[in-house]
Amino acid sequence: MAFLRKSNVESLSLKGEAAIRRKRRRFTWDDFELTLLSLPTVLWFIAFCYIPMFGIVFAFKNYKYKPGKSFMYSLFVHSKWVGLKNFKFLFKSPDIMNIFRNTICYNLVFICIGVTVPVALAIMITQLRSRKLAKVCQTSVFLPHFLSWVVVSYFVYAFLSTDKGLINSIIVALGGERIMWYQEPKYWPYILIFMNTWKTFGYSMVVYMATITGIDNSLYESAVIDGASKWQQCKGITIPLLRPVISIMFIMNVGNIFASDFGLFFQVTRDSNSLINVTQTLDVYVHKALMQSNNYNYSSAVSLLQNTAGCILLLIANRVVKFIDPESGLF
Amino acid sequence: MSTTTAHKPNIKETADGLVRFNQIKPFTNVMFSGLFIILALMTFLPVLFVMIISISSEASVANNGYSFFPEELSLASYAYLWESRSYIGRAFLNSIGITVAGTLLGLVLTSTLGYSLSRPNFYFKPLYTIMIIIPMLFSGGLVARYMVNTQVYHLKNTYWSMILPGACSTFYVVIMRTFFQTTIPDSIIESGKIDGASQLRIFVQLVLPISLPVIATIGLFLTFNYWNAWYGAMLYVDSNHRTLYPLQYVLISIEKNASFMAMNEDHFMEGAMSLPTETMRMAIVMVVVLPIACSYPFFQRYFVGGLTVGAVKG
Repeated sequence: MAFLRKSNVESLSLKGEAAIRRKRRRFTWDDFELTLLSLPTVLWFIAFCYIPMFGIVFAFKNYKYKPGKSFMYSLFVHSKWVGLKNFKFLFKSPDIMNIFRNTICYNLVFICIGVTVPVALAIMITQLRSRKLAKVCQTSVFLPHFLSWVVVSYFVYAFLSTDKGLINSIIVALGGERIMWYQEPKYWPYILIFMNTWKTFGYSMVVYMATITGIDNSLYESAVIDGASKWQQCKGITIPLLRPVISIMFIMNVGNIFASDFGLFFQVTRDSNSLINVTQTLDVYVHKALMQSNNYNYSSAVSLLQNTAGCILLLIANRVVKFIDPESGLF
Repeated sequence: MSTTTAHKPNIKETADGLVRFNQIKPFTNVMFSGLFIILALMTFLPVLFVMIISISSEASVANNGYSFFPEELSLASYAYLWESRSYIGRAFLNSIGITVAGTLLGLVLTSTLGYSLSRPNFYFKPLYTIMIIIPMLFSGGLVARYMVNTQVYHLKNTYWSMILPGACSTFYVVIMRTFFQTTIPDSIIESGKIDGASQLRIFVQLVLPISLPVIATIGLFLTFNYWNAWYGAMLYVDSNHRTLYPLQYVLISIEKNASFMAMNEDHFMEGAMSLPTETMRMAIVMVVVLPIACSYPFFQRYFVGGLTVGAVKG
């Protein structure tokens, strides 16, 4: 899913649009009909993407609901402007650095694994001699992509439950002590990284596979005639042709470095309080501040930071990738 | 594999020979095959495991914990699900209803804007393109979304709260647009115009019937997304409105209740033991997973196909 979003952005390039625009045209009947046809979707975008954008003022206000008045009145008129006070308080709270560290570190690991493992596996699976086996394995590893984190959290629970879980049963059978998995923070970075990889690698692998199978076979044939080894073919043909896809995925992941998968960090950990030091990420914090402590101001201050930083990083990453390889890049 | 023509068998043989010559060594093949079999098992076994738990008897789970080889099999958990169908069955129907309604709405929203954007001379094309790019870069954040949806649109505790916010996205619109742009011949639209059809009629009667691949792709994306959605229910549906819960959220709320019961184990011991709680939760997981697990192998080509449809530069 993530990839698709990425692969298409390039076609949205504004440079192309400028060329088409040429000079202002008259508004024809055709345009009127098309405008009507697309009106519901445009309204959807305004209602669910643009109107909420004004909500960033939450971050600069001390929101107080005035009974009997509408929400908009309470927010814009009744609540006081507090400038950057929300941000100041936020950075004074002791947890916040930990939360930033968790979010960024997990994402860095996810990016490294997400770029290397699926590419390697995609190259390997296209080399299998048995097409049937490749097909079956590809279908099987695609499955986790279609499951929700809620369901996956039950899978994890079946293995890690303290008194009934399979892993503890095995440990006990081997003469060990039961481990309270959901109380022991030290294991969770590995568990979370493993689960994230488990859920996402199949999909990314299929994405890269689709690109590899699209490569013109005559390239490999001529390479073989020139005596290139498998490894040389992979280094000289496959990876260079995969590079645009890899860089688009990389840019988007860097742009999302402050975002985290709420389901992974909230559901899979069962929101266990003992794990909070290693599992709380920005999205979990935003959710809890809103839903559990009704702290609208902190919550939206974090959201705003997250958004702005993500947007800037995305632009920087795009620049860097374009600087290294002008052909790649998002826009 | 071979791209050579059939009437030149000698060239074909050479090409086949090349393919055979270029295969990996048998030892490497065995290693790779082994690796992929392990990976396939790793993704498949958890599903099988949960399925076995759901058909284990509660007593064998209580004695031996979760196991691949339970002492005793029983369908008690499914029988119990059937008995509590006023709650579970309702949730199942909610999930189906939300999925169907959301998918249809999403298809209408994405295809109409996608079609409009695919017309090269459309007056608002540049404006709309910018309009769909900006939300990819920036959003108001969770609080703003939550407050606007609950306070301005009053979506709290309605089915709409689980349908509307996820119905459309830039990504779906772009896939639609790219498909219409690259595969629908202009001549078809021109012929419709010459016959005096309106754009709506051209879209519904000429364009849609030959756009089934992209409709199927986006439709499946939406279907799986809605079936797996739980965050909307978590945000917008509170515990006084249990009848609105979709299955995914029932799983979350049951988990909470069960941990509540575990905390008060002394009081609940007798009551809890009589119900197949452990296996029942796994049975609900199976009700959620089985439709997906049985159907996705047939649909996966659309997901891969969607990539190639979308990957063509517009």
